[in-house]
Amino acid sequence: MRTYFIELSYLLASILFILGLKGLSHPESAKRGMHLAEFGMLMAIIGTLMHYEIITFTWIITGLVLGSLVGLAMGLWVPMTAMPQRTALSHAFGAFAAALVGISEFYRHAGHLETITMAALGFEVMLGALTTTGSLLAFAKLQSLVRGTPFTYKGQNIFNMALLATTVGIFVYLIFVPGSMPLFFTMVGLAFIFGLLLVMPIGAADMPVVMSLLNSYAGLASAATGFVLSNNVLIIAGTLDGFSGFILSILMCRAMNRSMTNVLFGAFGSAAASSTQGEQTGTMREVSMEDIATQMAYAKQVVFVPGYGMATAQAQHAVRELADTLEKRGVTVKYGIHPVAGRMPGHMNVLLAEANVPYSSLYELEQINPEFPQTDVAVVIGANDVVNPDARDNPGSPIAGMPILEVDHAKSVVVLKRGQGKGFSGLENPLFFKPVTGMLYGDAKETLTRLIQAVQQA
Amino acid sequence: MTAATLISALYVFALAAFLGYQVISRVPPLLHTPLMSATNAISGISLVGSIVTAGAHYNTISTILGFTAVFCSTTNVVGGFVITDRMLRMFKRKPAAKEEKK
Repeated sequence: MRTYFIELSYLLASILFILGLKGLSHPESAKRGMHLAEFGMLMAIIGTLMHYEIITFTWIITGLVLGSLVGLAMGLWVPMTAMPQRTALSHAFGAFAAALVGISEFYRHAGHLETITMAALGFEVMLGALTTTGSLLAFAKLQSLVRGTPFTYKGQNIFNMALLATTVGIFVYLIFVPGSMPLFFTMVGLAFIFGLLLVMPIGAADMPVVMSLLNSYAGLASAATGFVLSNNVLIIAGTLDGFSGFILSILMCRAMNRSMTNVLFGAFGSAAASSTQGEQTGTMREVSMEDIATQMAYAKQVVFVPGYGMATAQAQHAVRELADTLEKRGVTVKYGIHPVAGRMPGHMNVLLAEANVPYSSLYELEQINPEFPQTDVAVVIGANDVVNPDARDNPGSPIAGMPILEVDHAKSVVVLKRGQGKGFSGLENPLFFKPVTGMLYGDAKETLTRLIQAVQQA
Repeated sequence: MTAATLISALYVFALAAFLGYQVISRVPPLLHTPLMSATNAISGISLVGSIVTAGAHYNTISTILGFTAVFCSTTNVVGGFVITDRMLRMFKRKPAAKEEKK
Protein backbone atom coordinates (compact mmCIF):
# COMPACT_ATOMS: atom_id res chain seq x y z
CA MET A 1 0.00 0.00 0.00
CA ARG A 2 2.73 2.38 1.05
CA THR A 3 4.81 1.50 -2.00
CA TYR A 4 1.85 2.30 -4.22
CA PHE A 5 1.45 5.67 -2.61
CA ILE A 6 5.14 6.46 -3.05
CA GLU A 7 5.17 5.34 -6.67
CA LEU A 8 2.01 7.31 -7.41
CA SER A 9 3.54 10.43 -5.91
CA TYR A 10 6.52 9.91 -8.23
CA LEU A 11 4.29 9.44 -11.23
CA LEU A 12 2.39 12.62 -10.39
CA ALA A 13 5.66 14.49 -9.94
CA SER A 14 6.93 13.27 -13.33
CA ILE A 15 3.79 14.47 -15.09
CA LEU A 16 3.85 17.82 -13.31
CA PHE A 17 7.53 18.34 -14.20
CA ILE A 18 6.78 17.84 -17.86
CA LEU A 19 3.78 20.16 -17.72
CA GLY A 20 5.95 22.70 -15.92
CA LEU A 21 8.56 22.67 -18.66
CA LYS A 22 5.84 22.80 -21.29
CA GLY A 23 4.64 26.01 -19.64
CA LEU A 24 8.00 27.60 -20.37
CA SER A 25 7.15 27.78 -24.07
CA HIS A 26 5.56 31.16 -23.35
CA PRO A 27 6.20 33.83 -20.69
CA GLU A 28 2.49 34.00 -19.86
CA SER A 29 2.10 30.32 -19.05
CA ALA A 30 5.54 29.93 -17.47
CA LYS A 31 4.64 30.99 -13.95
CA ARG A 32 1.74 28.57 -13.67
CA GLY A 33 3.92 25.84 -15.13
CA MET A 34 6.52 26.39 -12.45
CA HIS A 35 3.89 26.21 -9.72
CA LEU A 36 2.86 22.83 -11.06
CA ALA A 37 6.47 21.65 -11.01
CA GLU A 38 6.91 22.94 -7.46
CA PHE A 39 3.83 21.04 -6.35
CA GLY A 40 5.16 17.93 -8.07
CA MET A 41 8.43 18.26 -6.19
CA LEU A 42 6.60 18.60 -2.88
CA MET A 43 4.56 15.47 -3.57
CA ALA A 44 7.66 13.48 -4.48
CA ILE A 45 9.39 14.55 -1.27
CA ILE A 46 6.39 13.70 0.90
CA GLY A 47 6.14 10.35 -0.86
CA THR A 48 9.81 9.61 -0.23
CA LEU A 49 9.56 10.41 3.46
CA MET A 50 7.24 7.38 3.76
CA HIS A 51 9.91 5.06 2.41
CA TYR A 52 10.12 1.89 4.54
CA GLU A 53 13.92 1.93 4.76
CA ILE A 54 14.01 5.25 6.59
CA ILE A 55 14.49 4.83 10.33
CA THR A 56 15.83 8.17 11.53
CA PHE A 57 14.64 11.53 10.38
CA THR A 58 17.20 13.65 12.22
CA TRP A 59 19.62 14.03 9.36
CA ILE A 60 16.94 14.27 6.72
CA ILE A 61 15.20 17.13 8.51
CA THR A 62 18.47 18.91 9.30
CA GLY A 63 19.56 18.64 5.68
CA LEU A 64 16.19 19.79 4.39
CA VAL A 65 16.07 22.78 6.73
CA LEU A 66 19.65 23.90 6.16
CA GLY A 67 19.35 23.40 2.41
CA SER A 68 16.10 25.35 2.30
CA LEU A 69 17.63 28.24 4.21
CA VAL A 70 20.68 28.45 1.97
CA GLY A 71 18.58 27.95 -1.16
CA LEU A 72 16.09 30.59 -0.10
CA ALA A 73 18.85 33.08 0.71
CA MET A 74 20.49 32.47 -2.66
CA GLY A 75 17.19 32.57 -4.49
CA LEU A 76 16.09 35.84 -2.95
CA TRP A 77 19.28 37.85 -2.86
CA VAL A 78 21.42 36.85 -5.78
CA PRO A 79 21.38 39.78 -8.21
CA MET A 80 20.30 39.05 -11.77
CA THR A 81 23.73 40.03 -13.08
CA ALA A 82 25.18 37.17 -11.03
CA MET A 83 22.81 34.61 -12.51
CA PRO A 84 25.53 32.75 -14.47
CA GLN A 85 27.59 32.25 -11.31
CA ARG A 86 24.62 31.03 -9.33
CA THR A 87 23.66 28.61 -12.05
CA ALA A 88 27.20 27.24 -12.21
CA LEU A 89 27.15 26.75 -8.46
CA SER A 90 23.85 24.92 -8.56
CA HIS A 91 25.15 22.60 -11.28
CA ALA A 92 28.00 21.80 -8.90
CA PHE A 93 25.61 21.14 -6.01
CA GLY A 94 23.31 18.93 -8.04
CA ALA A 95 26.15 16.90 -9.49
CA PHE A 96 27.86 16.59 -6.11
CA ALA A 97 24.67 15.22 -4.56
CA ALA A 98 24.41 12.62 -7.33
CA ALA A 99 28.05 11.63 -6.88
CA LEU A 100 27.63 11.28 -3.11
CA VAL A 101 24.59 9.04 -3.40
CA GLY A 102 26.53 6.88 -5.83
CA ILE A 103 29.56 6.67 -3.55
CA SER A 104 27.35 5.77 -0.62
CA GLU A 105 25.65 2.99 -2.59
CA PHE A 106 29.00 1.57 -3.61
CA TYR A 107 30.37 1.81 -0.10
CA ARG A 108 27.47 0.13 1.65
CA HIS A 109 27.58 -2.84 -0.70
CA ALA A 110 31.35 -2.89 -0.28
CA GLY A 111 31.58 -2.67 -4.03
CA HIS A 112 29.77 -5.93 -4.68
CA LEU A 113 27.18 -4.78 -7.13
CA GLU A 114 25.64 -6.45 -10.12
CA THR A 115 27.19 -5.64 -13.46
CA ILE A 116 24.35 -3.45 -14.68
CA THR A 117 24.04 -1.52 -11.43
CA MET A 118 27.79 -0.99 -11.33
CA ALA A 119 27.76 0.36 -14.87
CA ALA A 120 25.04 2.89 -14.02
CA LEU A 121 26.73 3.77 -10.75
CA GLY A 122 30.05 4.36 -12.50
CA PHE A 123 28.40 6.78 -14.90
CA GLU A 124 26.66 8.53 -12.06
CA VAL A 125 29.78 9.00 -9.98
CA MET A 126 32.07 9.95 -12.87
CA LEU A 127 29.65 12.46 -14.40
CA GLY A 128 28.77 13.78 -10.95
CA ALA A 129 32.38 14.23 -9.90
CA LEU A 130 33.63 15.90 -13.06
CA THR A 131 30.61 18.20 -13.21
CA THR A 132 31.15 19.23 -9.60
CA THR A 133 34.70 20.46 -10.04
CA GLY A 134 34.09 21.69 -13.59
CA SER A 135 31.16 23.80 -12.42
CA LEU A 136 33.07 25.11 -9.43
CA LEU A 137 35.85 26.27 -11.74
CA ALA A 138 33.28 27.83 -14.09
CA PHE A 139 31.82 29.57 -11.04
CA ALA A 140 35.25 30.85 -10.04
CA LYS A 141 35.88 32.15 -13.54
CA LEU A 142 32.50 33.87 -13.74
CA GLN A 143 32.91 35.37 -10.29
CA SER A 144 36.41 36.53 -11.36
CA LEU A 145 37.99 34.58 -8.52
CA VAL A 146 40.34 33.21 -11.15
CA ARG A 147 41.16 34.80 -14.48
CA GLY A 148 38.58 34.20 -17.19
CA THR A 149 41.15 33.73 -19.93
CA PRO A 150 41.79 30.24 -21.28
CA PHE A 151 44.59 28.39 -19.54
CA THR A 152 46.52 26.24 -21.96
CA TYR A 153 49.81 24.42 -22.11
CA LYS A 154 51.53 22.21 -24.60
CA GLY A 155 50.14 18.69 -24.84
CA GLN A 156 47.06 19.67 -22.87
CA ASN A 157 44.61 17.74 -25.01
CA ILE A 158 46.78 14.63 -24.99
CA PHE A 159 47.17 14.79 -21.24
CA ASN A 160 43.42 15.26 -20.74
CA MET A 161 42.62 12.41 -23.09
CA ALA A 162 45.05 10.15 -21.28
CA LEU A 163 43.50 11.01 -17.94
CA LEU A 164 40.01 10.41 -19.26
CA ALA A 165 41.07 7.11 -20.80
CA THR A 166 42.57 5.99 -17.47
CA THR A 167 39.37 6.93 -15.63
CA VAL A 168 37.16 5.12 -18.11
CA GLY A 169 39.57 2.17 -18.07
CA ILE A 170 39.20 1.79 -14.31
CA PHE A 171 35.44 2.12 -14.72
CA VAL A 172 35.27 -0.68 -17.28
CA TYR A 173 37.49 -2.87 -15.11
CA LEU A 174 35.24 -2.28 -12.11
CA ILE A 175 32.16 -3.28 -14.09
CA PHE A 176 33.57 -6.72 -14.76
CA VAL A 177 35.69 -7.19 -11.65
CA PRO A 178 33.78 -5.31 -8.96
CA GLY A 179 34.76 -4.92 -5.35
CA SER A 180 37.97 -2.91 -5.30
CA MET A 181 37.53 0.10 -3.01
CA PRO A 182 40.92 1.69 -3.76
CA LEU A 183 40.33 1.50 -7.52
CA PHE A 184 36.85 2.94 -7.15
CA PHE A 185 38.09 5.91 -5.17
CA THR A 186 40.96 6.43 -7.61
CA MET A 187 38.34 6.64 -10.34
CA VAL A 188 36.32 9.17 -8.34
CA GLY A 189 39.45 11.24 -7.66
CA LEU A 190 40.50 11.23 -11.29
CA ALA A 191 37.00 12.30 -12.35
CA PHE A 192 37.17 15.23 -9.93
CA ILE A 193 40.50 16.28 -11.44
CA PHE A 194 39.26 15.80 -14.98
CA GLY A 195 36.41 18.27 -14.36
CA LEU A 196 38.94 20.99 -13.57
CA LEU A 197 41.08 20.16 -16.58
CA LEU A 198 38.04 20.21 -18.85
CA VAL A 199 37.02 23.77 -17.96
CA MET A 200 40.53 25.21 -17.53
CA PRO A 201 41.20 25.89 -21.24
CA ILE A 202 37.80 27.45 -21.83
CA GLY A 203 37.56 31.22 -22.05
CA ALA A 204 34.90 33.43 -20.56
CA ALA A 205 33.29 34.14 -23.94
CA ASP A 206 32.58 30.44 -24.42
CA MET A 207 30.84 30.15 -21.07
CA PRO A 208 27.31 29.85 -22.53
CA VAL A 209 28.30 26.55 -24.16
CA VAL A 210 30.10 25.24 -21.09
CA MET A 211 27.25 26.19 -18.78
CA SER A 212 24.80 24.32 -20.98
CA LEU A 213 27.08 21.32 -21.20
CA LEU A 214 27.59 21.15 -17.44
CA ASN A 215 23.83 21.48 -17.07
CA SER A 216 23.48 18.47 -19.32
CA TYR A 217 26.04 16.42 -17.36
CA ALA A 218 24.43 17.27 -14.03
CA GLY A 219 21.10 16.09 -15.40
CA LEU A 220 22.53 12.88 -16.80
CA ALA A 221 24.21 12.18 -13.46
CA SER A 222 20.75 12.41 -11.84
CA ALA A 223 19.31 10.13 -14.50
CA ALA A 224 22.07 7.60 -13.82
CA THR A 225 21.17 7.77 -10.12
CA GLY A 226 17.69 6.77 -11.21
CA PHE A 227 19.12 3.68 -12.92
CA VAL A 228 21.10 2.75 -9.81
CA LEU A 229 18.12 3.13 -7.48
CA SER A 230 15.58 1.86 -10.04
CA ASN A 231 13.68 5.07 -9.57
CA ASN A 232 11.68 6.31 -12.55
CA VAL A 233 11.06 9.88 -11.45
CA LEU A 234 14.80 10.34 -11.11
CA ILE A 235 15.35 8.96 -14.59
CA ILE A 236 12.67 11.22 -16.05
CA ALA A 237 13.69 14.44 -14.29
CA GLY A 238 17.38 13.79 -14.88
CA THR A 239 16.82 13.06 -18.55
CA LEU A 240 14.74 16.20 -19.00
CA ASP A 241 17.52 18.23 -17.41
CA GLY A 242 20.18 16.43 -19.38
CA PHE A 243 18.43 16.98 -22.68
CA SER A 244 17.60 20.57 -21.92
CA GLY A 245 21.29 21.26 -21.35
CA PHE A 246 22.20 19.30 -24.44
CA ILE A 247 19.79 21.21 -26.67
CA LEU A 248 20.98 24.51 -25.26
CA SER A 249 24.62 23.67 -25.86
CA ILE A 250 23.87 22.77 -29.47
CA LEU A 251 21.96 26.03 -29.94
CA MET A 252 24.86 27.97 -28.43
CA CYS A 253 27.40 26.23 -30.64
CA ARG A 254 25.27 26.95 -33.68
CA ALA A 255 25.07 30.60 -32.64
CA MET A 256 28.85 30.74 -32.79
CA ASN A 257 29.18 28.51 -35.85
CA ARG A 258 31.54 26.21 -34.00
CA SER A 259 31.49 22.55 -33.20
CA MET A 260 31.35 21.24 -29.68
CA THR A 261 34.83 19.75 -30.03
CA ASN A 262 36.15 23.10 -31.09
CA VAL A 263 34.69 24.82 -28.04
CA LEU A 264 35.96 22.18 -25.64
CA PHE A 265 39.40 21.55 -27.07
CA GLY A 266 40.03 24.56 -29.29
CA ALA A 267 41.06 27.02 -26.55
CA PHE A 268 39.62 29.86 -28.57
CA GLY A 269 41.24 33.24 -28.81
CA SER A 270 44.69 32.21 -27.72
CA ALA A 271 46.71 31.40 -30.80
CA ALA A 272 44.28 31.45 -33.70
CA ALA A 273 43.37 35.08 -33.30
CA SER A 274 46.76 36.53 -34.08
CA SER A 275 46.82 35.50 -37.75
CA THR A 276 44.29 37.95 -39.07
CA GLN A 277 45.30 40.92 -37.01
CA GLY A 278 47.18 44.02 -37.93
CA GLU A 279 45.45 44.51 -41.26
CA GLN A 280 42.98 46.95 -39.87
CA THR A 281 43.78 50.47 -40.90
CA GLY A 282 41.77 53.59 -40.46
CA THR A 283 40.76 55.23 -37.28
CA MET A 284 37.99 54.84 -34.83
CA ARG A 285 35.87 57.94 -34.87
CA GLU A 286 34.94 59.29 -31.49
CA VAL A 287 31.72 61.22 -31.61
CA SER A 288 30.27 63.84 -29.35
CA MET A 289 27.49 63.11 -26.94
CA GLU A 290 25.35 65.93 -28.40
CA ASP A 291 25.54 64.63 -31.96
CA ILE A 292 24.41 61.21 -30.93
CA ALA A 293 21.67 62.58 -28.71
CA THR A 294 20.28 64.66 -31.59
CA GLN A 295 20.42 61.72 -33.96
CA MET A 296 18.60 59.52 -31.50
CA ALA A 297 16.04 62.14 -30.52
CA TYR A 298 14.97 62.65 -34.13
CA ALA A 299 15.23 59.01 -35.16
CA LYS A 300 12.28 56.86 -36.19
CA GLN A 301 13.75 53.65 -34.88
CA VAL A 302 16.56 52.91 -32.46
CA VAL A 303 17.84 49.39 -31.79
CA PHE A 304 19.87 48.56 -28.69
CA VAL A 305 22.32 45.67 -28.89
CA PRO A 306 23.48 44.66 -25.42
CA GLY A 307 26.44 42.43 -24.60
CA TYR A 308 28.24 41.23 -21.52
CA GLY A 309 29.62 44.76 -21.05
CA MET A 310 26.13 45.90 -20.16
CA ALA A 311 26.01 43.33 -17.37
CA THR A 312 29.41 44.26 -15.93
CA ALA A 313 28.52 47.94 -15.98
CA GLN A 314 25.07 47.16 -14.45
CA ALA A 315 23.76 49.44 -17.17
CA GLN A 316 20.45 47.69 -17.91
CA HIS A 317 18.38 50.21 -15.95
CA ALA A 318 20.07 53.15 -17.66
CA VAL A 319 19.35 51.52 -21.02
CA ARG A 320 15.68 51.28 -20.19
CA GLU A 321 15.55 54.91 -18.99
CA LEU A 322 17.10 56.06 -22.24
CA ALA A 323 14.58 53.92 -24.12
CA ASP A 324 11.73 55.48 -22.13
CA THR A 325 12.97 58.99 -22.89
CA LEU A 326 13.15 58.12 -26.59
CA GLU A 327 9.75 56.46 -26.65
CA LYS A 328 8.21 59.56 -25.11
CA ARG A 329 9.46 61.43 -28.14
CA GLY A 330 7.81 58.91 -30.44
CA VAL A 331 10.90 56.89 -31.30
CA THR A 332 10.36 53.15 -31.77
CA VAL A 333 12.81 51.28 -29.54
CA LYS A 334 13.76 47.64 -30.05
CA TYR A 335 16.40 45.37 -28.59
CA GLY A 336 18.42 42.88 -30.62
CA ILE A 337 19.61 39.93 -28.56
CA HIS A 338 22.28 37.55 -29.81
CA PRO A 339 21.93 34.00 -28.46
CA VAL A 340 25.45 34.00 -27.02
CA ALA A 341 25.48 37.56 -25.71
CA GLY A 342 26.41 37.37 -22.05
CA ARG A 343 27.71 34.42 -20.09
CA MET A 344 24.77 32.03 -20.20
CA PRO A 345 21.84 31.33 -22.53
CA GLY A 346 19.20 34.05 -22.23
CA HIS A 347 21.36 36.19 -19.91
CA MET A 348 20.57 39.51 -21.64
CA ASN A 349 16.83 38.86 -21.71
CA VAL A 350 16.72 38.38 -17.97
CA LEU A 351 18.73 41.52 -17.27
CA LEU A 352 16.53 43.66 -19.50
CA ALA A 353 13.39 42.10 -18.06
CA GLU A 354 14.72 43.01 -14.63
CA ALA A 355 14.96 46.61 -15.80
CA ASN A 356 11.28 46.45 -16.75
CA VAL A 357 11.80 46.21 -20.48
CA PRO A 358 8.67 44.50 -21.84
CA TYR A 359 9.54 41.17 -23.46
CA SER A 360 7.67 42.14 -26.62
CA SER A 361 10.49 44.62 -27.35
CA LEU A 362 13.18 41.94 -27.17
CA TYR A 363 13.98 40.56 -30.61
CA GLU A 364 15.94 37.49 -31.59
CA LEU A 365 18.72 37.54 -34.15
CA GLU A 366 16.60 36.43 -37.12
CA GLN A 367 13.81 38.84 -36.26
CA ILE A 368 15.93 41.92 -35.83
CA ASN A 369 18.45 41.58 -38.67
CA PRO A 370 15.97 42.53 -41.46
CA GLU A 371 15.12 45.62 -39.38
CA PHE A 372 18.57 47.19 -39.36
CA PRO A 373 18.33 48.88 -42.79
CA GLN A 374 15.28 50.77 -41.50
CA THR A 375 17.02 51.61 -38.25
CA ASP A 376 18.36 55.13 -37.80
CA VAL A 377 20.63 54.45 -34.85
CA ALA A 378 21.91 51.10 -33.61
CA VAL A 379 23.40 51.36 -30.14
CA VAL A 380 25.92 48.66 -29.24
CA ILE A 381 26.40 48.43 -25.49
CA GLY A 382 29.37 46.41 -24.36
CA ALA A 383 29.02 43.87 -27.16
CA ASN A 384 31.82 43.06 -29.54
CA ASP A 385 32.10 39.71 -31.27
CA VAL A 386 28.36 39.36 -31.82
CA VAL A 387 28.40 42.47 -34.03
CA ASN A 388 31.75 41.82 -35.74
CA PRO A 389 31.18 42.06 -39.53
CA ASP A 390 34.33 39.96 -40.08
CA ALA A 391 32.27 36.91 -39.17
CA ARG A 392 30.23 37.56 -42.30
CA ASP A 393 32.76 39.16 -44.67
CA ASN A 394 36.14 37.63 -43.89
CA PRO A 395 36.33 33.87 -44.41
CA GLY A 396 39.77 33.87 -42.78
CA SER A 397 38.50 35.22 -39.50
CA PRO A 398 38.44 32.79 -36.56
CA ILE A 399 34.79 33.61 -36.07
CA ALA A 400 33.91 33.31 -39.78
CA GLY A 401 30.38 32.07 -40.31
CA MET A 402 29.13 33.01 -36.88
CA PRO A 403 25.71 34.61 -37.28
CA ILE A 404 25.95 38.23 -36.21
CA LEU A 405 23.64 41.12 -35.53
CA GLU A 406 24.14 43.20 -38.67
CA VAL A 407 24.23 46.59 -37.00
CA ASP A 408 26.46 47.92 -39.80
CA HIS A 409 23.39 47.94 -42.02
CA ALA A 410 21.84 50.62 -39.85
CA LYS A 411 22.07 54.24 -40.97
CA SER A 412 24.24 55.04 -38.03
CA VAL A 413 25.95 52.96 -35.33
CA VAL A 414 27.05 54.06 -31.90
CA VAL A 415 29.34 51.80 -29.92
CA LEU A 416 29.56 52.25 -26.17
CA LYS A 417 32.83 50.82 -25.07
CA ARG A 418 34.94 50.96 -21.96
CA GLY A 419 38.21 51.60 -23.77
CA GLN A 420 39.98 51.08 -27.04
CA GLY A 421 40.91 47.48 -26.22
CA LYS A 422 39.75 44.36 -27.97
CA GLY A 423 36.94 42.01 -27.05
CA PHE A 424 37.23 38.76 -25.15
CA SER A 425 38.23 36.83 -28.22
CA GLY A 426 41.06 39.32 -28.81
CA LEU A 427 39.81 40.02 -32.32
CA GLU A 428 39.92 43.31 -34.11
CA ASN A 429 36.43 44.49 -34.94
CA PRO A 430 36.17 46.27 -38.35
CA LEU A 431 32.79 47.63 -37.30
CA PHE A 432 34.60 50.16 -35.11
CA PHE A 433 36.47 51.52 -38.13
CA LYS A 434 33.51 51.89 -40.45
CA PRO A 435 32.53 55.43 -41.43
CA VAL A 436 29.01 54.77 -40.22
CA THR A 437 30.22 53.99 -36.70
CA GLY A 438 30.82 56.43 -33.89
CA MET A 439 32.49 55.48 -30.63
CA LEU A 440 31.61 56.66 -27.16
CA TYR A 441 34.23 55.62 -24.64
CA GLY A 442 33.65 55.29 -20.94
CA ASP A 443 31.62 53.39 -18.42
CA ALA A 444 28.40 52.32 -20.16
CA LYS A 445 26.17 53.35 -17.28
CA GLU A 446 27.68 56.82 -17.03
CA THR A 447 27.63 57.37 -20.77
CA LEU A 448 23.98 56.34 -20.92
CA THR A 449 23.00 58.65 -18.05
CA ARG A 450 24.66 61.55 -19.84
CA LEU A 451 22.97 60.52 -23.09
CA ILE A 452 19.59 60.62 -21.39
CA GLN A 453 20.17 64.23 -20.30
CA ALA A 454 21.43 65.16 -23.74
CA VAL A 455 18.38 63.61 -25.41
CA GLN A 456 16.06 65.48 -23.06
CA GLN A 457 17.70 68.75 -24.09
CA ALA A 458 17.71 67.97 -27.79
CA MET B 1 18.92 -4.73 -11.02
CA THR B 2 17.56 -7.43 -13.25
CA ALA B 3 17.49 -7.37 -17.02
CA ALA B 4 13.77 -6.70 -16.97
CA THR B 5 14.05 -3.65 -14.72
CA LEU B 6 16.95 -2.41 -16.82
CA ILE B 7 14.86 -2.67 -19.97
CA SER B 8 11.91 -0.86 -18.45
CA ALA B 9 14.28 1.80 -17.09
CA LEU B 10 15.71 2.20 -20.59
CA TYR B 11 12.19 2.60 -21.96
CA VAL B 12 11.52 5.37 -19.46
CA PHE B 13 14.83 6.99 -20.33
CA ALA B 14 14.24 6.88 -24.08
CA LEU B 15 10.70 8.20 -23.84
CA ALA B 16 11.71 10.95 -21.43
CA ALA B 17 14.53 11.95 -23.77
CA PHE B 18 12.15 12.12 -26.72
CA LEU B 19 9.54 14.05 -24.77
CA GLY B 20 12.18 16.36 -23.32
CA TYR B 21 13.46 17.13 -26.80
CA GLN B 22 9.97 18.00 -28.01
CA VAL B 23 9.05 20.12 -25.02
CA ILE B 24 12.34 21.94 -24.64
CA SER B 25 12.90 22.84 -28.28
CA ARG B 26 9.72 24.90 -27.99
CA VAL B 27 11.11 27.10 -25.24
CA PRO B 28 11.99 30.49 -26.80
CA PRO B 29 15.52 31.94 -26.33
CA LEU B 30 13.82 34.65 -24.28
CA LEU B 31 13.30 32.11 -21.50
CA HIS B 32 16.54 30.16 -21.74
CA THR B 33 17.91 31.39 -18.41
CA PRO B 34 14.71 30.53 -16.51
CA LEU B 35 14.70 27.19 -18.36
CA MET B 36 18.15 26.41 -17.06
CA SER B 37 17.31 27.29 -13.49
CA ALA B 38 14.00 25.43 -13.69
CA THR B 39 15.54 22.22 -15.00
CA ASN B 40 18.15 22.63 -12.30
CA ALA B 41 15.49 22.78 -9.63
CA ILE B 42 13.68 19.82 -11.17
CA SER B 43 16.79 17.66 -11.34
CA GLY B 44 17.13 18.41 -7.64
CA ILE B 45 14.71 15.48 -7.48
CA SER B 46 17.84 13.44 -6.78
CA LEU B 47 16.87 14.61 -3.30
CA VAL B 48 14.58 11.59 -3.31
CA GLY B 49 17.59 9.29 -3.43
CA SER B 50 19.53 11.37 -0.94
CA ILE B 51 16.70 11.29 1.61
CA VAL B 52 16.65 7.51 1.72
CA THR B 53 20.44 7.37 1.99
CA ALA B 54 20.42 9.88 4.84
CA GLY B 55 17.61 8.21 6.78
CA ALA B 56 18.17 4.50 6.27
CA HIS B 57 21.20 4.34 8.55
CA TYR B 58 23.13 1.81 6.45
CA ASN B 59 26.34 2.93 8.17
CA THR B 60 27.83 6.19 9.46
CA ILE B 61 29.62 7.10 6.25
CA SER B 62 26.50 6.60 4.16
CA THR B 63 24.53 8.76 6.57
CA ILE B 64 27.10 11.56 6.33
CA LEU B 65 27.17 11.34 2.54
CA GLY B 66 23.39 11.19 2.44
CA PHE B 67 23.03 14.18 4.71
CA THR B 68 25.41 16.25 2.57
CA ALA B 69 23.52 15.17 -0.54
CA VAL B 70 20.18 16.15 1.02
CA PHE B 71 21.61 19.56 1.84
CA CYS B 72 23.00 20.07 -1.69
CA SER B 73 19.84 18.92 -3.45
CA THR B 74 17.52 20.94 -1.22
CA THR B 75 19.57 24.05 -1.90
CA ASN B 76 19.06 23.41 -5.60
CA VAL B 77 15.38 22.68 -5.35
CA VAL B 78 14.47 25.65 -3.17
CA GLY B 79 16.97 28.07 -4.69
CA GLY B 80 16.14 26.97 -8.22
CA PHE B 81 12.39 27.37 -7.89
CA VAL B 82 12.59 30.66 -5.98
CA ILE B 83 14.91 32.19 -8.52
CA THR B 84 12.91 30.92 -11.49
CA ASP B 85 9.79 32.46 -9.99
CA ARG B 86 11.64 35.69 -9.40
CA MET B 87 12.83 35.81 -12.99
CA LEU B 88 9.50 34.92 -14.51
CA ARG B 89 7.75 37.64 -12.54
CA MET B 90 10.01 40.16 -14.29
CA PHE B 91 8.93 39.20 -17.78
CA LYS B 92 6.14 41.63 -18.53
CA ARG B 93 4.08 42.33 -21.56
CA LYS B 94 4.02 45.86 -22.91
CA PRO B 95 1.64 48.16 -21.03
CA ALA B 96 -1.79 47.97 -22.68
CA ALA B 97 -1.86 51.60 -23.83
CA LYS B 98 1.22 51.25 -26.00
CA GLU B 99 0.11 47.95 -27.44
CA GLU B 100 -2.22 49.59 -29.95
CA LYS B 101 0.49 51.58 -31.62
CA LYS B 102 2.22 48.48 -32.92
